[in-house]
Amino acid sequence: MPRDDGIGASVRRKEDFRFVTGRGTYTDDINRYGQTYAAFARSPYAHARIDGIDTAAAQAVAGVVAVFTGDDLAAAGVNGLPCGWQIHSKNGEPMAEPGHPPLAQGKARYVGDAVAVVIAETRAAAKAGAEALEIAYTPLAAVASIRAAKAAGAAVFDDIPSNNCYDWELGDRADIDAAIAAAPQTVTLSLVNNRLVPNAMEPRSAIGDYDTATGEHTLFTTSQNPHVIRLLMGAFVLGIPEHKLRVVAPDVGGGFGSKIFHYAEEAVVTWAAAKIRRPVKWTSDRSEAFLTDAHGRDHETTVTLAMDNDGKFLALKVITDANMGAYLSTFAPCVPTYLYATLLAGQYTTPKIFAGVNAWFTNTCPVDAYRGAGRPEATYVVERIVEEAARHLNIDPAELRRRNFISPDAFPYQTPVALEYDSGNYAGTLALATKAIDYDGFKARQAASKAAGKLRGIGFSAYIEACGIAPSAVVGSLGARAGLYESGAVRVHPTGSVTFYTGSHSHGQGHETTFAQVIAERLGVSVENVDVVHGDTSKVQFGMGTYGSRSLAVGGSALSKALDKVEAKAKKIAAHLMEASDADVEFKDGVFTVAGTDKSVAFGDVALTAYVPHNFPHDELEPGLEEQAFYDPKNFTYPAGCHICEVEIDPDTGVIEIANFVAADDFGNIVNPMIVEGQVHGGIAQGVGQALMEGCVYGEDGQLVTGSYMDYCLPRADNLPNFKVSTQVTPCPHNPLGVKGCGEAGAIAAPAAVMNAVTDALRSVGVTKPIDMPATPSKVWAALNGA
Amino acid sequence: MATVSMTINGKQVTGDVEGRTLLVDFLREDQRLTGTHVGCDTSQCGACTVHVDGKAVKSCTMLALQADGAAVTTIEGLADGDVLHPMQEAFREHHGLQCGFCTPGMIMSATALAARNAAPTEADVRHHLEGNLCRCTGYHNIVKAVMAGARAMQA
Amino acid sequence: MYAFTYHKAESVADAAAKVASADDGVLMAGGMTLLPTMKQRLAQPSDVVDLGGVASLAGISVTAETVSIGAMTTHDAVANSAEVKQAIPALASLASSIGDPMVRNRGTIGGSIANNDPAADYPGAVLGLGATVVTDKRSIPGDDFFQGMFETALEPGEIIQRIDFPIPKKAAYVKFPNPASRYAIVGVMAAETASGVRVAVTGAGPCAFRETAMETALAGNFSPSALDGVTVSPDGLNADIHASAVYRAHLIGVMAKRAVAACG
Repeated sequence: MPRDDGIGASVRRKEDFRFVTGRGTYTDDINRYGQTYAAFARSPYAHARIDGIDTAAAQAVAGVVAVFTGDDLAAAGVNGLPCGWQIHSKNGEPMAEPGHPPLAQGKARYVGDAVAVVIAETRAAAKAGAEALEIAYTPLAAVASIRAAKAAGAAVFDDIPSNNCYDWELGDRADIDAAIAAAPQTVTLSLVNNRLVPNAMEPRSAIGDYDTATGEHTLFTTSQNPHVIRLLMGAFVLGIPEHKLRVVAPDVGGGFGSKIFHYAEEAVVTWAAAKIRRPVKWTSDRSEAFLTDAHGRDHETTVTLAMDNDGKFLALKVITDANMGAYLSTFAPCVPTYLYATLLAGQYTTPKIFAGVNAWFTNTCPVDAYRGAGRPEATYVVERIVEEAARHLNIDPAELRRRNFISPDAFPYQTPVALEYDSGNYAGTLALATKAIDYDGFKARQAASKAAGKLRGIGFSAYIEACGIAPSAVVGSLGARAGLYESGAVRVHPTGSVTFYTGSHSHGQGHETTFAQVIAERLGVSVENVDVVHGDTSKVQFGMGTYGSRSLAVGGSALSKALDKVEAKAKKIAAHLMEASDADVEFKDGVFTVAGTDKSVAFGDVALTAYVPHNFPHDELEPGLEEQAFYDPKNFTYPAGCHICEVEIDPDTGVIEIANFVAADDFGNIVNPMIVEGQVHGGIAQGVGQALMEGCVYGEDGQLVTGSYMDYCLPRADNLPNFKVSTQVTPCPHNPLGVKGCGEAGAIAAPAAVMNAVTDALRSVGVTKPIDMPATPSKVWAALNGA
Repeated sequence: MATVSMTINGKQVTGDVEGRTLLVDFLREDQRLTGTHVGCDTSQCGACTVHVDGKAVKSCTMLALQADGAAVTTIEGLADGDVLHPMQEAFREHHGLQCGFCTPGMIMSATALAARNAAPTEADVRHHLEGNLCRCTGYHNIVKAVMAGARAMQA
Repeated sequence: MYAFTYHKAESVADAAAKVASADDGVLMAGGMTLLPTMKQRLAQPSDVVDLGGVASLAGISVTAETVSIGAMTTHDAVANSAEVKQAIPALASLASSIGDPMVRNRGTIGGSIANNDPAADYPGAVLGLGATVVTDKRSIPGDDFFQGMFETALEPGEIIQRIDFPIPKKAAYVKFPNPASRYAIVGVMAAETASGVRVAVTGAGPCAFRETAMETALAGNFSPSALDGVTVSPDGLNADIHASAVYRAHLIGVMAKRAVAACG
């Protein structure tokens, strides 16, 4: 009988008791003795020279403790924020990599760029002090968009007059151009992948603390990867060795990528706490979050797909401009390159693919990885052009996809864009999805809508993603300045309960439950007797954190390897207790037995023996039962599936209602179906948000127009339907749990499905004018009315 | 500074506050009731929802002094010791939360709905949650949880 | 927020006296706009006079001809008042569409009208139903009350006590909300009243206004089709990232038809 709390069970989450009772501990819930508060003075201009900062008035504000500017930090030897990934342009030159001082020096480069920090006894006094700072600015011409960046004239950095960060390509341009020229059929689209603001509900927060007795620095921060922050901030920015720097990320209230990166505020509060010998706390307002949390997406792309007359894909050419914002955020350069262009084969056998990507500096908030990071952009390009091809050739969009799918027996499959897909069954998820949405009944539903004065459309998105980043050697060769393995340590206590220390870090994914289930399954202890420790560099030896749907595929694999070691040692102890050879010992459901005998010993007894080693194989083993493992993946994992969206448009207003949304996903093996479904729901909501509601808008002067929930349209409960989700299991063949990752699928798949549905509905009344995300009511109405 | 008194989760409390002290800051900073969260500064996200004299309000958009003499219930006041309130239990049972940050506000808003509507439909719940933002769940399981929780509250 | 001195008013007269004696005093009703504005440091009053304790300002009374709503009556109270639902269902429905449940529990009709946000709902009701705004000094006809963006006929320190809504023969309010803020991009109150047809539009212009061409068209034939030939000029209408003036003008027509249809 399978355990009711093991792999495959929808175990209710261990973390929920504290969250539903308000007993979670988020960073802003923490206060340190003697704590001060920091407020940042931020540039009101997108681009300005800082002519001088007079701090006297701020110093005079009651309660102000200290004021620091960029010059103060520079004088103290504080370095700039590092970028973790170096891209090389097609000519072999490394990308332009301008410095990124935590507090601006000389120039401010986007609205919200931190210029100075005021530290005070209260939050109110800090804000008053920041407002009292007299900062002399000379406004400069702003480069507020990709178009402006490409135009001659203003430059974000004087020494990068072109505003170009890199000009990168993948594939043989001439070969693909020739294939396209020779092809009987081609379709082309120009697409904008709209800039998004991540909007984790918990605003960022950071508390710096310094122990004058030990010289140890502590940073409490809202981070998806505290060890990465320790490495970046300690080694590169502040020069603090690891053993004197502890980074704690307690409960984290959502991240979606935005809490991967090392932000200026973390370094400033850590440095300032040591400087003033008191803890320094900063918590972002939502308004600050809109201005300064790294944004996502922001691509402009032209794509051409060449086909034969039967719709067999022959070649794909993708030319993309990507907005980097004003500085290079931690992983920004890899997002529009290796996390994007390598996915352009999608689920298809397209033999020739070329991608050319230019990245541009602009006077806007830095752009970096946001849920999906590159893969939603790739899926959007591929799935929009495939749908367009189906319309062009007048072939059913499901049928066109089937004609071009990589077949299930073709794995491992080497794509023309570097990746080797490990396993998949794309026709399987397409079939699941078309059945779930009753694709055959669509025409009747469309007719019924028409009779009611509405326009109905349907759209597919057969997506693929590369998750579980990544083989360190591979990413290293591509420019990553870090390894991307994971670590885990299983500590079995004397009474048989277990603590698992993992370098992954939940920001809502339920790791405390999922990892406990894996342990329960393997060791036969109940999930109640397993605790997961994460988010603290002083407790977990090392880790790379949670992003890219990697926690189970990489962190879970590290756990699995550590469990192998625990089991191996425990078997030896059990063998000793049962006076048998360990080769004859079997372990199942928490009990060690010897084949062919009635001898048995429970896991708890073995644990006790490990710590009370009266009768113990001392010659062979050390006492204790704790094992650690690192896991460096052999390949990425390749979750894939098919999402289908059906929309209904009110032509009088342009309002779009999601009439139906189905998802059929293949995540490999699933540990907790309830949690996986929740991840898919949330991803879809963000994808639907991108398609229909969310768009970050900067004015030409670089002012953020969508700076609050008054103007940035975050999906609410009544914007969304219930989602019909289902899964198919094609296990990952190269990691021990056979898992692939599920966190980003919805956000990757949904935008193309929704926009294919919207454009399908518009075509039903002859409107073929392009429409970009977000397809807001006003845009839809304008498209319908030729405006 | 002025003195403010109120009943919070059944307990009489008194504190000294400034005119500008928000109720949420009084709860979080003075009373150390950190279950009530702040997720925005434009009164839209609902993470700070508490009950004041039985009505759900945004504690970020109310001065502490406006609550003088009132009975305030926060998320910490819902459970009976370690026995969860039916709405809390429903959120746990139906996976109506992921990161947990919006959850206290969601639950306080949901119990207010249930007090008025014992058997809300999916549409009722989606409409009612207009003032509570969640970025993790896509609301799917929150809606399920609120419907189940409202029914459980009648039991 | 900047520091200020908080006062709890005991009565309307007390509130008037307190606000008059302050350097830069401001009245606070529900605070649903004032407090967010102050939190954003966009307002810096020296004194805030809270009307929340003035019991005489809250409450609903209904006669055969009139629904009177005290200035401090919350949106939730109006939305859920059996008497209002009976007498002017459009008014209850409008109140139920403001903000969200938590906002409706604090926000008040007096605060909404005194603030006169161009995208607020209640101005549409005051104008569309031909209401009268009764202050501590005088009665102001709804037609004269809204004078521009955030501008009203109120004099400094003048306090709204109640709003008297004549009960219409029929009325309905339909709104097209801003997708992000949920405030009205266009809200239309259409009513057949004893003194004729009224069509008031909120959200679309600097402040609520009457659409007289529609009123004329509906006077002889109170049905959606009567509006078929009526076009609305985009001149002077608001424009932002959510809706152009042309789109708003179009939506006025759509919402007006829907409002008339909803009148039954």
